[in-house]
Amino acid sequence: MSDDLIQRVISCIASTQHIPAEKITIDSTFEELGIDSLDGINILFALENEFNLNIPDDAARTIRNVRQMIEGIEKLLEAGSVSSGAVA
Amino acid sequence: MAQRRVAITGLGVISALGRDRHEFWQALRQGRSGIAAIEGADRTQLRFANGAEVRNYNSLDHFPQKEADLLDRFAQFAVIPAREAIAASGLEWTPERRRRTAIVTGCCVGGQATEDAGFVDLYRDRRGRVHPLTIPRIMANAGASYLSMEFGVTGPVYTVSTACSSANHAIGQAFWMVREGIVDLALTGGSEAIFSLGFLKAWEAMRVVAPDTCRPFSRDRKGLILGEGGAMLVLEPLEAARARGAKIFGELAGFGMSSDAHHITQPSVDGPASAMRLALEDAALDAEQVGYINAHGTGTPANDPTETAAIRAVFGAHAAKLGVSSTKSMHGHALGAAGAIEAVATTLALAEGVLPPTANYLGLDPQCDLDVIPNTARERRVEYALSNSFAFGGLNAVLAFRAWN
Repeated sequence: MSDDLIQRVISCIASTQHIPAEKITIDSTFEELGIDSLDGINILFALENEFNLNIPDDAARTIRNVRQMIEGIEKLLEAGSVSSGAVA
Repeated sequence: MAQRRVAITGLGVISALGRDRHEFWQALRQGRSGIAAIEGADRTQLRFANGAEVRNYNSLDHFPQKEADLLDRFAQFAVIPAREAIAASGLEWTPERRRRTAIVTGCCVGGQATEDAGFVDLYRDRRGRVHPLTIPRIMANAGASYLSMEFGVTGPVYTVSTACSSANHAIGQAFWMVREGIVDLALTGGSEAIFSLGFLKAWEAMRVVAPDTCRPFSRDRKGLILGEGGAMLVLEPLEAARARGAKIFGELAGFGMSSDAHHITQPSVDGPASAMRLALEDAALDAEQVGYINAHGTGTPANDPTETAAIRAVFGAHAAKLGVSSTKSMHGHALGAAGAIEAVATTLALAEGVLPPTANYLGLDPQCDLDVIPNTARERRVEYALSNSFAFGGLNAVLAFRAWN
């Protein structure tokens, strides 16, 4: 899990939620950050645009904290680099 | 049980004529039009250039960033005048009052700007995805739902969509609910924000938008001018309003509605006439008691002669004594918000004893030979007034107002 990836994910969360990035750590839960289900889909949208990938609904549904989110993105990026990858 | 009388105890409006009812009324009184070159969409791609927009609007003046992101402009235009109306009413919320309050709003097309932006992403920019808040932003009840949360209102909350009659239908429903004791308070009106290119091009294709300005009932009128904004009224039983010492702006006295069952866009005489008669009947009024009509008066070649004929059919010889004006000449045609904006205009006209003019009037069209209060407001105390809204689709809704003295 690269620092660059962590920072990009945190930056997406911060800009979507209108909160300072410093308030977000890899161990923050969505509950701590006040992220509800509607906020969640906003963040997924920002991440899809940031990383140019599609996040499937079933993968998105189980994510409850920042760490899971970063791991999920990492997995999708790895899968994308093996197969034909992200859909623009 | 005798019918309850219904007082208007709160008013709010945002439109091309300003941010609140005071600015709005000053403009109407002065006959000052808010119609100007369109800024909200690329007018170089349009055959018409002018609109009645809310100028220099910054959503962050009214909402925190996250709320501004959630609410399309049309929904914001429901919330801002509702706050003004509730503040003017001096109401205090209790759990019982929240349970016994209705919110009924009118809206024709919902979040057009949001929808348009999503289609640009999808079809032009081929981005493959649209913003996840698109659905909650475009739904026509977004304003009503947000208001229920803002004020904690848990009674009936819904939105009526009948094109240009939306707000009058909404206000009429709310009025009846208060009068019949179904609820003890209602917040009602309408809002609209339609300055997005896709929607403006659709109006262009209808060939009813004026290339210059809106000149209702006038010779050389060339069509309507689109507008945006919102307006809200607080309605409550007159006795309850008096008991709590509320300021009473006026009374809502009657509501009538009808359908032309005729043509999807061409207006008829009989349908509007029927709605006016039903509003008079609902208010237990003789036609001769009415002194002012805030006309639908779109400024299109088709509406104005038809509305003139309908008014003559209902009022007979008394039509010559009526003041009839179209304030759309100043705040534009705000579609689903029109009736609400005009309800505020009518209430203030009765309260102030000043009838707002039909602005931009050039001279007589023999087919529209009513006293349309051309260009200059008129000091005249009137006890009863009607406000007309007639929609595409042939749906007519007319409200009757009474001055409170």
